[in-house]
Amino acid sequence: MATGTETTTRARVRWGLLDLLVVVFALVPVLWIASLSFKTPGTLTDGNFIPREWTLDNYRTIFDTDQFVRALINSIGIALIATLVAVVLGAMAAYAISRLDFPGKGLLVGVSLLIAMFPQVSLVSPLFEIERQLGLFDTWPGLILPYITFALPLAIYTLSAFFKQIPWDLEKAAKMDGATQGQAFRRVIAPLAAPGLFTTAILVFIFCWNDFLFAITLTSTERARTVPVALSFFTGESQFEDPTGAICAAAVVITVPIILFVLFFQRRIVSGLTSGAVKG
Amino acid sequence: MADIVLDKVSKKFPDGTVAVQDVDLEIADGEFVILVGPSGCGKSTTLNMIAGLEDISSGELRIGGQRVNDKAPRDRDIAMVFQSYALYPNMTVRENMAFPLRLAKLDKETINQKVDEAAKVLELTSLLDRRPANLSGGQRQRVAMGRAIVRQPKAFLMDEPLSNLDAKLRVQMRTVVSRLQKQLGTTTVYVTHDQTEAMTLGDRVVIMRGGAVQQVGPPQELYDHPRNLFVAGFIGSPSMNFLHAAVQDGGLRTGLGDVPLGDRVRRELEAADAPRELILGIRPEHFEDAELVDDDTRRRGLEFEAPVEIVESMGSDKYVYFTVEGERASAAELEELAADAGASDFSGAGSNLVTRLSAESPVAEGQSRRVWFNLEKIHLFDPTNGRNLTLHEGRAAGALAD
Repeated sequence: MATGTETTTRARVRWGLLDLLVVVFALVPVLWIASLSFKTPGTLTDGNFIPREWTLDNYRTIFDTDQFVRALINSIGIALIATLVAVVLGAMAAYAISRLDFPGKGLLVGVSLLIAMFPQVSLVSPLFEIERQLGLFDTWPGLILPYITFALPLAIYTLSAFFKQIPWDLEKAAKMDGATQGQAFRRVIAPLAAPGLFTTAILVFIFCWNDFLFAITLTSTERARTVPVALSFFTGESQFEDPTGAICAAAVVITVPIILFVLFFQRRIVSGLTSGAVKG
Repeated sequence: MADIVLDKVSKKFPDGTVAVQDVDLEIADGEFVILVGPSGCGKSTTLNMIAGLEDISSGELRIGGQRVNDKAPRDRDIAMVFQSYALYPNMTVRENMAFPLRLAKLDKETINQKVDEAAKVLELTSLLDRRPANLSGGQRQRVAMGRAIVRQPKAFLMDEPLSNLDAKLRVQMRTVVSRLQKQLGTTTVYVTHDQTEAMTLGDRVVIMRGGAVQQVGPPQELYDHPRNLFVAGFIGSPSMNFLHAAVQDGGLRTGLGDVPLGDRVRRELEAADAPRELILGIRPEHFEDAELVDDDTRRRGLEFEAPVEIVESMGSDKYVYFTVEGERASAAELEELAADAGASDFSGAGSNLVTRLSAESPVAEGQSRRVWFNLEKIHLFDPTNGRNLTLHEGRAAGALAD
């Protein structure tokens, strides 16, 4: 017994240290950016982790420039619309895949996997040409469409895993209780798959929010330019001003929606929502 | 309220397997019918076809005189209780029970009144605001029943509703189901693999094997007059004893001695294609300690002596296990039954005999004991097709009938 507790304590310490290392590795750059965003131009390069002189000037600067605010609106709008569409379409597709046996099911799953695996860089030039021909270049739909395309496989995979966990008897019971297929899905299956829907929504949103490649290729003006791209075009008020502080502030600002998004939906991502449905 | 008629209903799956074959069944209005059989016999598929959850490959299904083959479950107006209960975990007990009524677009007041009524019948009133996760197995089972009765459907379908409960609760719920069905008088089709449930609950029992109906009848009739080897072996606990019997000089040579035959059975065995070997079946209660049998009764049976293996005293009577020498009875049906009971790999030398003797019998383990058995109650089966040879116009007449 004694040796048993000893090993578990030691194992716990070992794991604790390892976890700490990973967290530090992941968080230090983020905190560094946050720290830089509060520094004055003079102390920017002093190498201190905690700023000696605090200032909010950087934040004021970015919100003063029309460029950034406009990009922020583009980002939020495009990411939200793409997420909504991808999750709704993905849910329907995933439901069909997990519940029905139809000819070509394997092919459908295979093709969606193929899309997810295709290197996006190789598609950017053709997409650029296509969108220019279709007049989609530098518009919101011009970004939303490719985002949906690449987010859908992800959505379908995550969601079908969730749908498979839901006991099929529930759907049968709903049908026996007088529900149509649609009612059974909306009133019984979807509420139970909610954690899956939220998880998928978060993943898709982050994918759209973070994308740089499509955004820089398929936009040219503020009409549809998203924040990650806008950041790269950031310059100071004048040519001689160092925009580092402002870029850092902008980086912090665009991280906030993601954190809020996750925190807001985290409460809903509770496992075991289906407990009590069947047996006991 | 409606009758349910299955007219040559079959189910064939796309891969070619036939799950249900030409089932003919007429279930009268208000009747309680049990579908029973070992796993894979097609009983659940049959129920799902009645429910509309499974397509009917061929044949016709009529509910209340109306053909419903192509109707969706919701248009058939029947309720179902699932083995897994299938309660909606995101809804409270009240919402679960109200769900079918809300889908039927009843007004709020009527819904509440009906739910309260059903809850009272099933003693769920105090649990109405709980969620399924916070209920015990028995309570969940009752909620599932409540959801079924609340909208007063034409018929109830129950798919092994008690099999997830522990033994004691199952017996208790059995009486609840029985009382509820009598009270409501709603046509009920109940699927189970447990022959005790089948015997105790139903007005009529349908025994299925390999997708085909073996016999339909009231429980006692199935018990006393099994049409074939499978029915005989499936109904009854402990189950019927089966012994190998060789036809010889107008009688039968068995491990229990030579059994004389009456004219009727003998005539049947004289046919050119009659089997030369039979399977003899005797129920445990048709044995008795030879000491306790009076002379009058003794004449109707036969005695044998065998070593006692195990004595299980139940208080009211004793289960005594004997080993008798001679060949084991073998037939496809018996193997299937043994496999279903999970005893296929359990086999000793000779045949094992289970007998139910009077509690007064002084029988003890390790002894040899003289035992009497009733010849009027034995059944003889043809091992090739399982047919009961002692059955005459649906009545089993024993070996001695003229």
